[in-house]
Amino acid sequence: MSQRVTIDPVTRIEGHLRVDVEVDGGKVKKAWASGQMWRGVENILIGRDPRDAWAITQRICGVCTTVHALASVRSVENALQLELPVNAQYIRNMIILAHAVHDHIVHFYHLSALDWVDVTSALKADPAKAASLAESLSSWSGNGKAEFTKVKERLSGFVGTGQLGIFTNGYWGHPAMKLPPEVNLIAVAHYLQALEVQRHANKVVSILGGKTPHIQNVVVGGVANALAVDSQAVLTVERLLAVKDWIDQLADFVKNVYLIDVAVVGGSYPEWTQIGRGIVDYISVPDIPLDGRNTEFALPGGHIAGGDLASFKQIKTHDDAYFKDGVSESVKHSWYEGGKGPLHPYKGETRPQYTDFQDDGKYSWLKSPTFYDKPMQVGPLPRVLAMVAAGHKPTIDYATHALDLVSTVAKTKVGIDALHSTIGRHAARAVACAVEVDELARQWDLLLASMAKGDLKTFNKPVFPKGEIAGVGMHEAPRGVLSHWIVIQDGKIRNYQCVVPTTWNAAPRNEKDEPGAYEACLAGTPVAIPDQPLEVLRTVHSFDPCLACAVHVVDHERQPVVRVTAA
Amino acid sequence: MRVVVLGVGNILLSDEGLGVRAVERLRRAYCLPPEVEVIDGGTSGMELLEDLEGIDALIMVDAIRAGAPAATPIRLAGEALPVFFRTKLSPHQVGLSDVLASLELLGRSPRHISILGLQPQSLALGMELSREVEDGMPALLGMVVSELALLGLVAPAISSGEV
Repeated sequence: MSQRVTIDPVTRIEGHLRVDVEVDGGKVKKAWASGQMWRGVENILIGRDPRDAWAITQRICGVCTTVHALASVRSVENALQLELPVNAQYIRNMIILAHAVHDHIVHFYHLSALDWVDVTSALKADPAKAASLAESLSSWSGNGKAEFTKVKERLSGFVGTGQLGIFTNGYWGHPAMKLPPEVNLIAVAHYLQALEVQRHANKVVSILGGKTPHIQNVVVGGVANALAVDSQAVLTVERLLAVKDWIDQLADFVKNVYLIDVAVVGGSYPEWTQIGRGIVDYISVPDIPLDGRNTEFALPGGHIAGGDLASFKQIKTHDDAYFKDGVSESVKHSWYEGGKGPLHPYKGETRPQYTDFQDDGKYSWLKSPTFYDKPMQVGPLPRVLAMVAAGHKPTIDYATHALDLVSTVAKTKVGIDALHSTIGRHAARAVACAVEVDELARQWDLLLASMAKGDLKTFNKPVFPKGEIAGVGMHEAPRGVLSHWIVIQDGKIRNYQCVVPTTWNAAPRNEKDEPGAYEACLAGTPVAIPDQPLEVLRTVHSFDPCLACAVHVVDHERQPVVRVTAA
Repeated sequence: MRVVVLGVGNILLSDEGLGVRAVERLRRAYCLPPEVEVIDGGTSGMELLEDLEGIDALIMVDAIRAGAPAATPIRLAGEALPVFFRTKLSPHQVGLSDVLASLELLGRSPRHISILGLQPQSLALGMELSREVEDGMPALLGMVVSELALLGLVAPAISSGEV
């Protein structure tokens, strides 16, 4: 008999992401991803000054504040064809990259590692054995026997007092948990160290962005940071040296801890390279602009069809018609008024029409975006594959290094094909993070070199023409392609649409009833125990879901998160 | 002594943002002692770890759903604090409760935590508070001031005019 498993973590009316799967014979047959939140932020923007949009859009969500701020100013600058001073690009690039590094570290250690790591098993570990294993893989200073002993004692203390605290919701002892106790202990130690390290990334964002959460330095036309070689009131060389120190510490952790942990987990769960393939049509956009007109980039992006790197078609600029003309969104299965077929974002409409959850009808607040009528997967995996296909050497080197480590742990040769999978998305994210942390250091060098030449310019004033103009702000955000689409009439916003990464990945079925990326990738996922759907969480978490609306009213009542019913 | 008054919520969803609105007004309307830091936390999570680390008291201001009539003032502390951990699908659910639990694990959690708030009337899209919650805001600010008094801190009103 098949069973229906519903995972709905926030069971208030607003909700976040809900995932339903139909399980038959121990495997997922069909899946539905549903955004349980009405996201009509665009409607708030209509009629406003385009120069204010970034400050409002960065409130869309709590994790991705900076990315919406940047995509928003880029959309206005694209509409105006406004050139930026390169210093503004370097400062924005550093914010983008520091945010991405922060996001990837927190995602792996504090959201998804516990899908693979059994914390209670770490209590059985021998710290000396753990230390010799960890030291054989990495030169990281936090891998010693004393450190692991201390972590084990702290963990025992928590378990002893019945306060497992942060770890209470794990599926401990689940048959899908397979790491040896020593690896679990290493991972728990790194979980705690990651809490310390992530704050360095946050400090970089707050020094450059003026404030965090919610940066303050972005303006249409550049950034509001005043640069100076010596004045105390502004961004000085002295403060930039502190930034460099944090970047170096982040780089040490990313390369010597994060990348290695992901490879060890990947190599220990080789069966997960065969699960979660789903949609292998990939899209990413280039980012980290090196000129004022967004035509040269440090990190390339583009479209890959059918998982074949040879099909790679590069997206060359942020004005590239191949991207701008290819995007449309369907609302056939979304709670919006439709009937006009898929619409380009400039013509997008956001008029709600709620129907309740209908398996074959409307069932999500997310629209269903397509690229030339095909559903896409976005995120670090598409980004890494595009960079490899474009011949980006640092990406090729880190990907090779990671896959070699996975092969050593798995004791079998694991190639780049293994990346089209649940565990592959984690590996790609770690590779992307290593590339990004190096690029962060390079952007710092570029800014300092520019200042040394006496260039302290950070802003070009925008001028809004009479009549209608339109623009797109593209950004390769941590979770993938983000695009803000703006139509401006006489200096006021006439239409605004955000097509966010999770809309691509968590999309409901499209106009042709084809499933979105989560839905397609969940098909075939094994489920050992329906009311403990750990395997489903593994695949969903591998995408790093981000529903662009963080409603978090304190919920006073406790509701069940997982429901199992007869299908 | 270090005390953080943290307003959280999404200001794009009317009453969902009442915590942020409350701390904005608190800053304008009261003369706060130097021990008190006021933070607009928006909807963030892990970014706040540093700000909340090792402080003596955390006063969080948020919309609280308790099935009560709109704008009912609610105070949660001690045993009444909500259950912290649940199955999560998204980092957006790695919220403040996780930050606090992480601090506990690091042995640096605030010694005193309380949550003050109002029952929201509307979570609809919009940047204004509902009339009911708007009317309840002075009471909420009063609760924050009383909470500070419990900690031995005095925060006189700057004027008795509107906040």
